[in-house]
Amino acid sequence: MSADLAFFAQITVNGIAVGAIYALVALGIVLIYKATEVLNFAHGDLLVLSAFTAWALITLAGLPFWMALVITAALVAALAYGLDAVIIRRIAGQPQFSGVMLTIALAFMLRGLVSMGFGAESQSYRTPWSGRSTEIMGLAFANLELVIMGVVMSVTLGLYLFFRNTRLGVAMQASSQNQLAAYLNGVRVKRVNSLVWALGGATAAIAGVFLAPITLVDTSLWLVTLKALAAIVLGGFGSIPGAILGGLLIGLIEQYAGVYLPHGFKDIAAYLVLILVLILRPRGILGEAHGRRV
Amino acid sequence: MRFDYHTRYRDSFALLKQPSDWLIYGLLLAALATVPMLASAYVLGELAYVFILCIASMGLMVLTGYTGQVSLGHAAFVAIGAYAHAWLMRQGVPMLVSMPLAALISAAAGLLVGIPAIRVSGLYLAMVTLAFAIVVEQLIGLWRPVTGGFIGLAVPRAEAFGLALHTPRAFYYFCLVVLVLVLLALLNLLRSGVGRAFTGVRDSEAAAYGLGIQVKRVKIGAFVLSAGVTGLAGALLAHHIGYLTPDGFTLLLSLELVLMVVIGGLGSMRGAILGAVLISMLPTAISRLKLVLPDAVSRQFGLEIFVFGLVLALFVLFEPRGLNGRWLKARALIESFPLYRRDTFKRQKAYMKSERYK
Repeated sequence: MSADLAFFAQITVNGIAVGAIYALVALGIVLIYKATEVLNFAHGDLLVLSAFTAWALITLAGLPFWMALVITAALVAALAYGLDAVIIRRIAGQPQFSGVMLTIALAFMLRGLVSMGFGAESQSYRTPWSGRSTEIMGLAFANLELVIMGVVMSVTLGLYLFFRNTRLGVAMQASSQNQLAAYLNGVRVKRVNSLVWALGGATAAIAGVFLAPITLVDTSLWLVTLKALAAIVLGGFGSIPGAILGGLLIGLIEQYAGVYLPHGFKDIAAYLVLILVLILRPRGILGEAHGRRV
Repeated sequence: MRFDYHTRYRDSFALLKQPSDWLIYGLLLAALATVPMLASAYVLGELAYVFILCIASMGLMVLTGYTGQVSLGHAAFVAIGAYAHAWLMRQGVPMLVSMPLAALISAAAGLLVGIPAIRVSGLYLAMVTLAFAIVVEQLIGLWRPVTGGFIGLAVPRAEAFGLALHTPRAFYYFCLVVLVLVLLALLNLLRSGVGRAFTGVRDSEAAAYGLGIQVKRVKIGAFVLSAGVTGLAGALLAHHIGYLTPDGFTLLLSLELVLMVVIGGLGSMRGAILGAVLISMLPTAISRLKLVLPDAVSRQFGLEIFVFGLVLALFVLFEPRGLNGRWLKARALIESFPLYRRDTFKRQKAYMKSERYK
């Protein structure tokens, strides 16, 4: 295998690993959007909170990684449930813009609380796979990236089975398709919506706990929200498979742009994609085309 | 108790509806004109900054508050206006020519973005403008020959007709004059047919279309006008800052502008100004507050952004009409004192159109 090709394979794997995280964040945002029609701009800050919580649990409390992951996911899920049940629910039925403003407000508050609670410095923590690599076909891949791909795949598969095969999953699907019909069939729509928020929070937590070791534990991690928005738009707004596909593609595009395009394109590639997709093909790759009723 | 009693057709859309309005706004203007006699140079600088933010906020209000198009990326137009102005002045263009030119360049950028962006609406438009602002911020950093890149660009001193405008007092008056001119221009535009078309597009695109309003053209027009006014604010801001770097025009500035129009109250110029005043005063208020608070709280880094979020959340939840709504309620209470009914302003349930399948 030539050196160029090996290099290409290397950055492809990097791209997929980062893209898998984007996909997971995008998945959470889409789940919440489909259930409550609120575009959650605070998602990235839930992720920041999870990264800092995991750092505190691992570095300060000395817990093993898996336990920290589970505890963080549970805490953030509970917080997301509370956010919906106490705050977001109040603006149901108001214009979509209110939802955007309210989640931006929550994002600011969460970010402020995180820097007040954990300090403003960047932190880092180690995972059991940090700094090791595996050789596949003569190429060295970081173990952490392989684990991330595996985790995202199993989370996605788990969610797929959950939505298909459990009563709660079907109830979630039902209430996100038609709240009134679901309510008339005995689904507790409010509680189910809050549970969807909890589910979204848990995916944000998993994404955060795995993203932080690649980058740093820092409040600037919230920018992942914007990358995830690009992923959602690219995949097709409101489509779950689209969000995952879009996330992977955005991860790859960023990596390729960083290597093959002039300096500076890596940082704006995702946003250029977002603008171009919305202008040229607003329904994205997998989105359904449906006109708005007047 | 006062009655809304019109004897002439023009009364219903007069700028100053009642004789007392002349008094109130005249006093306000007189007070603002006398401030420089009393205040220190620092306070004058801060007030000039507030005026500049008022102009930017009014620019966004035209688009978001009157035409109903959300933009989360207006910092881009502030930046374009600021850099265009600084660059033109460095080429030797006089200030009073360069400022309208900067506004025109910003408006042209608005046209460039507006034509494709206006095809999408609602959340999509919010995301396109957000992405546009991030791209512009990065491009400014990369386009070194013109913008000075991340190193920055020094802004020449403000001067017009041989008069130095860079002293705090002169700059204060200059900003005040521009603010009043822009405010009058926008208010007059908004009560004309164009302004009615803006409001019509905001309230119902289908109805506006049915009445023969060119919805697309109106939206693009609003976008361009908004970008131009915001660019003008950017040109003034360039003089206030004195040295431009891309860090001054981040996403946070875009969000602050949106905060101003939402907290001020969408759909009113008074709201835009009140919101800008509140948001620009908030950091100062917080730093004052920090002196009082216990040390453990006041040393915290995230307090400011937390308070911003809290204020925004409270307004969205409890007073969606913003500061302007509060003002109208207070005035109604005074004017109809014994007969005031709370339910006059009762919030009507407005159900958004679900995007779910039916």
